[in-house]
Amino acid sequence: MFHLFSENYQPKKPQTFFLSSRLYLLLMRIIPFVIGLVITATLIFLLDNRWGSTPAMGRFLSPQQGFWQNAEPASANNNEQLSMPGLKGKVDVYMDDRLVPHVFAQNDEDIYFVQGYLHAKYRLWQMEFQVLAAAGRVSEKMGNDPRFLRYDREQRRLGMVWAAENALKEVEANAQTKSAGDAYTAGVNAYINTVTKSTLPLEYKLLGYAPEPWSNFKSALFLKMMSKTLAGYDRDLEFTNERTVFPDSIMQMLYPQVPDSLVPIIPKGTAFAPPGIVPVKPATADSVYFGIETKPTPAVEKYKPNRKNGSNNWVVGGAKTASGSPILCNDPHLELSLPSIWYEMQLTTPTMSVYGATFPGTNSVIIGFNENVAFGFTNAQRDVKDYYAIRFKDASKKEYWFDSAWKETQLRIDTIKIKGAADFYDTVAYTVFGPVMYDESFTSEGLNGKGVALRWTAHDASNEGLMWLQLNRAKTYQDYEAAIKDFSTPGQNMVFASATGDIALWQQAKFPARWQGQGKYIMPGEDSSYMWQGFIPQAENPHVINPASGFIQSANQRPVDSTYPYFIPGNYINARGIAVDRNLSQMQNITPQDMMQLQQNVYSPFAAGAVPLLLKYVQTSGLSRSEENYVNLLRKWNFNCDATAVAPTVYQTWWDSLETVIWKDELATVKQKTVLPDEQTLLEILLKDSAMLFVDDVTTTEKETIQQQVTKALHLAAKYLDDEESKTGLAWAKHKNPGVLHLLKDALLPFGRQGLQVGGWSNTINAITTTHGPSWRMVVELSSPVKAFGIYPGGQAGNPGSKYYDNFINDWATGKYYELWLMKETETTDKRIIAKITFTNS
Amino acid sequence: MKFLLATLLTAAFAFLAGMFLPWWSIAIVAFLVALLMKQNIGAGFLAGFAGIFIMWALYATVIDVKNDNFLSHQIAKLLPLGGSSILLVFVTALVGGLVGGFAAMTGSALHKEKRRRR
Repeated sequence: MFHLFSENYQPKKPQTFFLSSRLYLLLMRIIPFVIGLVITATLIFLLDNRWGSTPAMGRFLSPQQGFWQNAEPASANNNEQLSMPGLKGKVDVYMDDRLVPHVFAQNDEDIYFVQGYLHAKYRLWQMEFQVLAAAGRVSEKMGNDPRFLRYDREQRRLGMVWAAENALKEVEANAQTKSAGDAYTAGVNAYINTVTKSTLPLEYKLLGYAPEPWSNFKSALFLKMMSKTLAGYDRDLEFTNERTVFPDSIMQMLYPQVPDSLVPIIPKGTAFAPPGIVPVKPATADSVYFGIETKPTPAVEKYKPNRKNGSNNWVVGGAKTASGSPILCNDPHLELSLPSIWYEMQLTTPTMSVYGATFPGTNSVIIGFNENVAFGFTNAQRDVKDYYAIRFKDASKKEYWFDSAWKETQLRIDTIKIKGAADFYDTVAYTVFGPVMYDESFTSEGLNGKGVALRWTAHDASNEGLMWLQLNRAKTYQDYEAAIKDFSTPGQNMVFASATGDIALWQQAKFPARWQGQGKYIMPGEDSSYMWQGFIPQAENPHVINPASGFIQSANQRPVDSTYPYFIPGNYINARGIAVDRNLSQMQNITPQDMMQLQQNVYSPFAAGAVPLLLKYVQTSGLSRSEENYVNLLRKWNFNCDATAVAPTVYQTWWDSLETVIWKDELATVKQKTVLPDEQTLLEILLKDSAMLFVDDVTTTEKETIQQQVTKALHLAAKYLDDEESKTGLAWAKHKNPGVLHLLKDALLPFGRQGLQVGGWSNTINAITTTHGPSWRMVVELSSPVKAFGIYPGGQAGNPGSKYYDNFINDWATGKYYELWLMKETETTDKRIIAKITFTNS
Repeated sequence: MKFLLATLLTAAFAFLAGMFLPWWSIAIVAFLVALLMKQNIGAGFLAGFAGIFIMWALYATVIDVKNDNFLSHQIAKLLPLGGSSILLVFVTALVGGLVGGFAAMTGSALHKEKRRRR
């Protein structure tokens, strides 16, 4: 076009009009063409790319490919015929009206293939994201943000990837777990291969990435993430810091091993065999290890798991139930999220028929039952994580001083990919203890060339999945006992009941045998004398079988009284066990409905101890009117943390203020991070000695009394409460604002639910806090047929565009349960079935 | 008549193309239709705009109704559009419409204009 312009342009008078007319017409086309082209191209460019956290809006809004495609018809009929070459035979899946799949396969491989397929179909984004997070790959998908990078580095330095590699070797060395794992992986990938631009789960469209193939390694990573969640919390670094100010004797007072009010899992008075291994305290321990540390450590774990990750489980024997059959109950307390960590399923083959809650990410039913047995878990809370101070030869981290010589480290270079930025390389030194989690490249100052290495049982090669494969098929107590034996990490209280009437609980894991005080603080790492000397023999793990009381309970408390022959530090939670034990010991003729009610119980045994103490010491003269009202409210309180009650808000705020008043002045003298003593500890110390050392405010010259401090705490609390009263009111559920958020929390707030009307607290049986609590409630009566009930705060579909996304939440909040239907193959015409998916191999 | 036909053709072919091609195939369709259907630039733009706007609005509405506004309500809170499903359908259609409109305008611009001089 433009050559016309340049060649023909000759300013000859007669042609001027003609040419300029042609030029005019040409321009009339070219200009709009160019403008249109530029605008269109720019629009497409802008709309086809992400801008910061804003998704590519053209792609995202397109009704044919974007989010609209994830809006599932509310009345969908999910009947499908699928041909999967990976299968050995035919598999029938009956979806019931809650979208729970009842899977019938002819062999083990096919059942796990279809389990993988269904997990992916309903929960793909979640299962992959959890694994990416486990492996420290958040920056790779979410972008360049210092918080993501810190998280990723911390995960790698914690040794998560290394641990999963170690686990995978064991998984693949065992024929049973290898076969189940391979089938599961193949099933997940069979679904991933069907995913199109349109059917891509919504979160991928929002975040702008696509799923990768699944692998057995990813399932191993998932289980390691559970190990972090449940056996990854420790306070060793904080204790080390505090010991720079307090001697070990004070530390023992602040963080005692056996609370006065402990109701252990293993009934008090149970005789324990003499220990099979007696670890020896190093000769230098008293001078080097228990002496005052001169320097606090700047090492800080930023992404700690929640201390409250715990649970309740209990089982009552036939003598105490109305039916004469045992009833087993379990409610694991985890971060409540959408999509839920749980997915309900029935898995049936000619040799197995099991129902329960599964983990999208790994095979088998995790908490559930079959016709013969039921099984559940609470967290053991035992500390299986210790730290060692490492002296490097130089900044290269290639050698460290160990047993009087320079020993070579193994340097592992982690490549952290970052979306929109250059790769980040992190060099982590591995020692005889494990990875050096903290060194100068990670913790900016104060380590002075030293490192802090981590010894954690989760690093050791193990094959946790094997236990569930066997439990799902168990028929008797002996099967259960054999199934759990090799389970290594995270330590669990494994509650069991059989239809033949046995009830049992083993606290099972690989627990280090420690000398008294070992591992409370960072230990010297310059020789082998402070290393773990062995593990507690499995047979000596705390256990109880068919006790005289007729019931067994566990709720994250210390498992045994002080007569257990090992030093077993942990992050125990005391109060719920007391409440469960008190209720169960009084109950007779128990029905499943009674057990559901007990799971909903919001009575606070801790408040029942703490409130009288507050009321005893508060000085009532000179209180403001609102302060008087608060005191009077607590006088009349029955210690139930009901959703609408005001008293729990008052008590909790007052107690929290008291903790601040008592502890914070002393803890403020500790440089670096500290951790508050448990509420139970403060209560028990004050009950014994109201003039104890810490009552005095060390920042004043005056010597404060407990009366002054309790009253001061009330003043502080009242100020806060008055303000809250005028804004939102003081109802307990308003105050704690319970909710179930999307896994990405604030970033996707509309996909979560907040403001639920539920009572309870972490120290009541119904342990709902703000976004944490009973993530699955199950009650199973092993009668014939089995009667089982359960619910979790979520929905079977992970897709926020499905009506099955959060449809259980309201029922969960009001304390309802669904009947858990262990379907028989003859019941295919049952009206609960809304759809059938048939898998064939041709 | 021509305008209506251009609008309908744009909508229909954009729908078909969208089943197989990336979302921006709406631009190619709008461009080609405008190239084939001689209209002035303004009419071309409007036909392209209307074709995609209507197709996307209708498609999104059908999905939204079947879904009981469940997802659109959440997305409209996220974007943020105050949780309004209708506004979200409108924004969706507007985005598609603008791409379609400018692409069609580009196509229309390539027609040989009739000489004004007789």
